[in-house]
Amino acid sequence: MNFIPHTKKDRQEMLKFLGLKSIDELFVDIDRRLVLDKNLDLPPAMSELELSRHILMLSEKNGETLHKSCFLGAGAYNHFIPSVVNHIISRSEFYTAYTPYQSEVSQGILQAIFEYQTMIGELIGMDVVNASVYDGASALAEAAIMASNITEREEIIISSAVHPEYRGVVKTYCDASELKLKEVYYDEGVTDLKNLEEVVSDRSAGVFIQNPNFFGSIENVFDIENMCHEKGCLLIVNVTEPTSLGMLKPPGEYGADIVTGEGQSFGNPLNYGGPYLGFMGTKEKYMRYIPGRLSGLTTDTKGRRGFVLTLQAREQHIRREKASSNICTNQTLNALAATVYLSTLGKNGLKELANLCYQKAHYAYDNIKEIGGFRPIFSAPFYNEFVIECPIKPKRLNEKLLKHGIIGGFELGRYYPELKDAMMICVTENNTKKDIDRLLEVLRVLK
Amino acid sequence: MKLIFEKSSKGRRAINFPKVDVPKKKIDIRQRFLRKNIPLPEVSEVDVVRHYTALSRMNYGVDTGFYPLGSCTMKYNPKINEDISRLPGFLFAHPYQPEKISQGCLELMFNLERYLCEITGMDAFTLQPAAGAQGELTGLMMMKAYFKHKKEKRTKIIVPDSSHGTNPASASMCAFDVVTIRSNEEGRIDLNALSEVMSKDVVGIMLTNPNTLGIFEKDILEITEIVHDEEGLVYCDGANMNAILGIAKPGDMGFDIIHLNLHKTFSTPHGGGGPGSGPVGVKKELELFLPIPRVEKKEEIFYLKYDYPLSIGRLKAFYGNFGVMVKAYAYLRALGSKGLKQVAENAVLNANYLLKKLKPYYDLPYNQTCKHEFVLSGSRQAKKDVRTMDIAKRLLDYGFHAPTVYFPLIVEEAMMIEPTETESKETLDAFADAMIKIAEEVEKNPKVIKDAPRSTPVSRLDMVKAAREPVLKWDKNIISH
Repeated sequence: MNFIPHTKKDRQEMLKFLGLKSIDELFVDIDRRLVLDKNLDLPPAMSELELSRHILMLSEKNGETLHKSCFLGAGAYNHFIPSVVNHIISRSEFYTAYTPYQSEVSQGILQAIFEYQTMIGELIGMDVVNASVYDGASALAEAAIMASNITEREEIIISSAVHPEYRGVVKTYCDASELKLKEVYYDEGVTDLKNLEEVVSDRSAGVFIQNPNFFGSIENVFDIENMCHEKGCLLIVNVTEPTSLGMLKPPGEYGADIVTGEGQSFGNPLNYGGPYLGFMGTKEKYMRYIPGRLSGLTTDTKGRRGFVLTLQAREQHIRREKASSNICTNQTLNALAATVYLSTLGKNGLKELANLCYQKAHYAYDNIKEIGGFRPIFSAPFYNEFVIECPIKPKRLNEKLLKHGIIGGFELGRYYPELKDAMMICVTENNTKKDIDRLLEVLRVLK
Repeated sequence: MKLIFEKSSKGRRAINFPKVDVPKKKIDIRQRFLRKNIPLPEVSEVDVVRHYTALSRMNYGVDTGFYPLGSCTMKYNPKINEDISRLPGFLFAHPYQPEKISQGCLELMFNLERYLCEITGMDAFTLQPAAGAQGELTGLMMMKAYFKHKKEKRTKIIVPDSSHGTNPASASMCAFDVVTIRSNEEGRIDLNALSEVMSKDVVGIMLTNPNTLGIFEKDILEITEIVHDEEGLVYCDGANMNAILGIAKPGDMGFDIIHLNLHKTFSTPHGGGGPGSGPVGVKKELELFLPIPRVEKKEEIFYLKYDYPLSIGRLKAFYGNFGVMVKAYAYLRALGSKGLKQVAENAVLNANYLLKKLKPYYDLPYNQTCKHEFVLSGSRQAKKDVRTMDIAKRLLDYGFHAPTVYFPLIVEEAMMIEPTETESKETLDAFADAMIKIAEEVEKNPKVIKDAPRSTPVSRLDMVKAAREPVLKWDKNIISH
């Protein structure tokens, strides 16, 4: 199947109109040395029936993930998605559209983006939110460039309690942009304030933290804010588990200048790591430094309300090498999913969800630490993820759990060699008490 | 239309979560860390569905009609791909779950990389970049790392004046100096101009081929030679790959790096602005610089490998926009090699057919056989005070999406038209008729064009006002519906 509607007759008529005998004549401008004289070496074409069987088989090689109970988080969260979300994002007027360049026929997506900007803005406490970037990690990297542009300083300070892969992305972007990157230690599961005080200076463009941080702990945000603003440096707060915002204070209320995060938890499936959506917001005074699309309110010639992409003078298609970023395509459909999800949960739903995650995670924590050999190693308060030291190697423990149909926690040794005996457990509303009790039961036997 | 916030009514709700089934605890977080209120709307499920369904009806997609947006390859998005990308085995796969239970995902990624290598003539691919612009950035970062490794200090990157805006923007994110070279009268790279700027300070050149005028760089072998003679690298912006699928390979042309847009050439939908996917392919000499992790295979077992000390690192958490990869993979399996070649042939046929139909009515600054797209100029109409933007808006009244306008920058009053291969002759004829009618209206009744669009949910919107007094968030005091 090639999805081409032309019949042989159509093609002949079109060639005749062009005064040509064959389609090959349309390619004479390509050097003969370059024109392929054989077919590409690809597997033979499949019918729709064969294709759907083939892909089903591939998907099942994953081993029926959905029948397992999952305690993995670490930047991708197993939350329930109300049916409404998929039904709306499956409206092909949305998903088959391009970026809304022609606003008069794109009011649907432009208004939805405006609603998204508002909802995320309220949740994180920021005045201006863009229409999304690729993911939480690249949002943080964009924020590094943005902070450097605002402060005209070239040193980025990042907490080692920020997601290790996010730090990796920030490093990649900083290497390219020739920004200096310094890491601050963690202590007791949160950013080490003493070390931060030593590192931050009036050369620092921004201090980058995550809250709740990678270990699930809630950071000493007020102390960090003080240290950072005292040196005229910006505070950038990243949120990878945004359902926590149903419980925790908006970063804008504790002094964040830029807030970034991963919006996957809001109505986007795990999908083996993507597509997700990075959200990014800032204060009004830094509006012109923010990368990406912005939907703004305006009026039409008859005075009716409408929406357009605005402040485009920041963007690559106008400013080229002087743009605030190179971003063009973003994650709009994922942002739409987040918007529909947040509308569905509403004021009360998000609060209840956050409480469910908190309560269940603490139930798991309180009981695991009672099992001999399992020991919490950090003391900071947490939301729905916590770190536990295990009596056997986490990798072996996870292999054993998998045999019982349980996907265990994240093995921290992968990114923190000093935590090689520790595992990070995540609990969401999708983990019933029964699931948690089963985990406890298996852990008791395995230790 | 009202905003969802304006439909909120206290106490209304659209979801019920299960009750807390564990013993309840007091929240053990200090009050100053907790939030006071959650300013989200309160609506019912039917409110949500009606609201967003109504919004969808104010949106135009490929499924609504013809979408000749140049350089964006708005082809039909096969429905089967939507279904299979939502199979539970993919949807519920956690990126950190053990590789043992991720074999399906890894196998798909491994094979997709191989197919893309074959199509482009490259030696290795990464699927990590989330979009074309991130692909460009990845490619440039690798070029930077390559010269750093060779201990050479090179700072300049060459882009033609017809290039996509993302090219220079990506280059400046890598702290490169952008050197723009002018195109010649044929709309191609001027070999002399290239030779003049090419030196040992130059990292390389970023080229789109066919270029943004829809013209094939027929001197491509000479171009890549000039750059390689100074040991520079040649980057291919693969946005226009649709024109040459199965016909010629960028790898054979001398390109060292290429990014593809799965959401253009390989039929995955654009999602109203994203998600896309921008895989990057490289020749052998750059392979070790690819982002980590990479998908590899050992004795029929697929796994992720992180141990590449020369790698530029990561561009994204996890492995890329996997859900998009599934759709592109399915598309390739549906088409096979013959199908892919037919895509290019028919995309080019459609573009040339439309070009010839419209040529008498609009200016065509670069008059030659095009590839998948072509660029008209509205300068003839502009003399009658009808601008390209007016023509674009009038097309909306005729039920079509507008072409890309005012790009590339080297054409005055540009209209960049890319019909793609999935449009029928009838659709092309109907679009041509509308364009011809508009050309007539310019002569007889320009007001109807200046006042366009009339048939859309809103009439022309005030862009200047939006930028001058930015309102980017709803609050109770903004102008009501």
